[in-house]
Amino acid sequence: MSARRPTLAVWKFASCDGCQLTLLGCEDELLAVADAIQIAYFPEASSAMAEGPWDLSLVEGSITTPHDAERIREIRRASRHLVTIGACATAGGIQALRNFADVEAFTRQVYARPDWIKTLATSDPIAAHVPVDFELRGCPIDKAQLLEVINAFVYGRRPQVPQSSVCEECKRAGHVCVMVAHGTPCLGPVTHAGCGALCPGCHRGCYGCFGPKETPNAPALSAWLEHLGMKREEIVRVYRTFNANSDTFREESLRHERDTDHQG
Amino acid sequence: MRVIAPQAMDTLIRLLSEDGYEVVGPTRREGAIVYDRVHGLDDLPAGWGDDHAPGRYRLWQRDDQALFGYVVGPHSWKKYLFPPRETLVRVHRRDDGGFETENGEPSPPRRAFIGVRPCELAAIDVQDRVFLGQAVRDRAYGARREGVFLVAVNCAEPGGTCFCASMDTGPRAKSGFDMALTEVIEGGMHVLVAEAGTEAGEALLQRLEPREADDAERRAAERVWREAPQRMGRAMPTNARDVIARSLEHPRWEETARRCLSCANCTLVCPTCFCAQMEEVPDLEGRVSERVRTWDSCFNGEHSYMVGGTHRTTVAARYRQWLSHKLSTWHDQFGTSGCVGCGRCITWCPVGIDITEEVAGLAGGGDS
Repeated sequence: MSARRPTLAVWKFASCDGCQLTLLGCEDELLAVADAIQIAYFPEASSAMAEGPWDLSLVEGSITTPHDAERIREIRRASRHLVTIGACATAGGIQALRNFADVEAFTRQVYARPDWIKTLATSDPIAAHVPVDFELRGCPIDKAQLLEVINAFVYGRRPQVPQSSVCEECKRAGHVCVMVAHGTPCLGPVTHAGCGALCPGCHRGCYGCFGPKETPNAPALSAWLEHLGMKREEIVRVYRTFNANSDTFREESLRHERDTDHQG
Repeated sequence: MRVIAPQAMDTLIRLLSEDGYEVVGPTRREGAIVYDRVHGLDDLPAGWGDDHAPGRYRLWQRDDQALFGYVVGPHSWKKYLFPPRETLVRVHRRDDGGFETENGEPSPPRRAFIGVRPCELAAIDVQDRVFLGQAVRDRAYGARREGVFLVAVNCAEPGGTCFCASMDTGPRAKSGFDMALTEVIEGGMHVLVAEAGTEAGEALLQRLEPREADDAERRAAERVWREAPQRMGRAMPTNARDVIARSLEHPRWEETARRCLSCANCTLVCPTCFCAQMEEVPDLEGRVSERVRTWDSCFNGEHSYMVGGTHRTTVAARYRQWLSHKLSTWHDQFGTSGCVGCGRCITWCPVGIDITEEVAGLAGGGDS
């Protein structure tokens, strides 16, 4: 390797830590990663925290407070490359369900002194606040894709992370389509690949953990889900999970919510 | 006309295994008939049928013990001849700065395919043209294809999305097999009519000790061959090639794109679709890199990525690319249609888009 290894920092915002743990979960590859890059700031892994600036920042979590909105700007300024990892960082995460509700009402209900709580009305993806060089999808992210992103960064190339559907991974794996053969509702046809068709491989429908694929056609899928017997309020819920705030899923759930309201 | 008992399939599978073949055939899994390793009669889906409709597939239990009483499942033989993921070459960096290369995959096993439908024989022929009949021969495909022993099974009961008769690829195989079987079930009769297509097929058939068909068996077999073409679930308009060639600006492409998910299922279940992407997969140390070929689809944006970006940005453009290549420009490129009428793209489309209905719609003017 070159004399100076590029430095890596791992940051956490509103999130569950699962995505940054994926880096530690690279057990067999971790030594090779540590040879290729200097893991300089990773509080979850080490209390030795080097000063910035950093060559590559991996950012987990969404922006939910004014303090975090300021902190991500500082991190951006101190990072040559900034890659967001996971559904929280790329779409706002499950906590973005607040975007469909009244956050002030929540704080009044939950906290004795709601006036002490400084929170934003929405849970935002990192890219809503600072420029992002690459977004790695998933809840959680896939280990092989994370290694690919790090590898691509080390060699200065574009990551090979396909934006095609989960169906493509499903068919390559030889799984039988749960929707066609069993009538099980599945978000695979509108969902970004990356998980290796984990749920269809266990005879379950896709939950959309990787968010929308490139050119998603959610309205056409929703029409088919209704044809399979799904109620409109159930359709609202299938799009309101970890990627509820992604443009496609948000619009589709809102559209069905409006229609449900109209039906009374 | 010679017949063997259905139980002779057990012997057939065993003999092929003893001859060194990896025997693959139909078996029931995950609520479908898929292709996988079979070791004997018990692995075949005796007594199972399948219903096919646009976007819908269901198994059902027959009231007989038909071994081949289904149509086709989601798998095709493509997965063996043109696997979904394949390392083509591995490149090693030498200490002196040079490179060494090695073949990506070990030598493939010799495989015997049991239960190949006539449309699937036609599909294998189409892929042979694509991979072996061009200026540059695909070495890895050729190595897998050369050793294959093909046991075809003619169709007695075409499915709801079948249209091989209109593509002239079935329901009875004319050539391209080592052995062809026709399953005949009538009253208490249950036999397999067997024909040999090659010397190797004849040699194997002899070892199964067939007997001459009696009159009733002969009449029943002839009835299967006569009636099956009348029972197609669908038909492709005969002038599909020309209809599409003159419909490139037809409004129907946009209408279909509103339903199409661009999920790529149609292309992945298609037994002739051959698009692939190449990835260079280097290790972190920069010592070894693999060139990996995986199934791709013209429904993916990346597929039409060129310098400057993706040029088929809309779903309408991608659907038109698929259909016009499959049914029209395929003729110009390979001297045949790219469609064999198996109906998989209709059954396994998650929203039931029907290729025959699309072509009929294009032929019928602007309305859908």
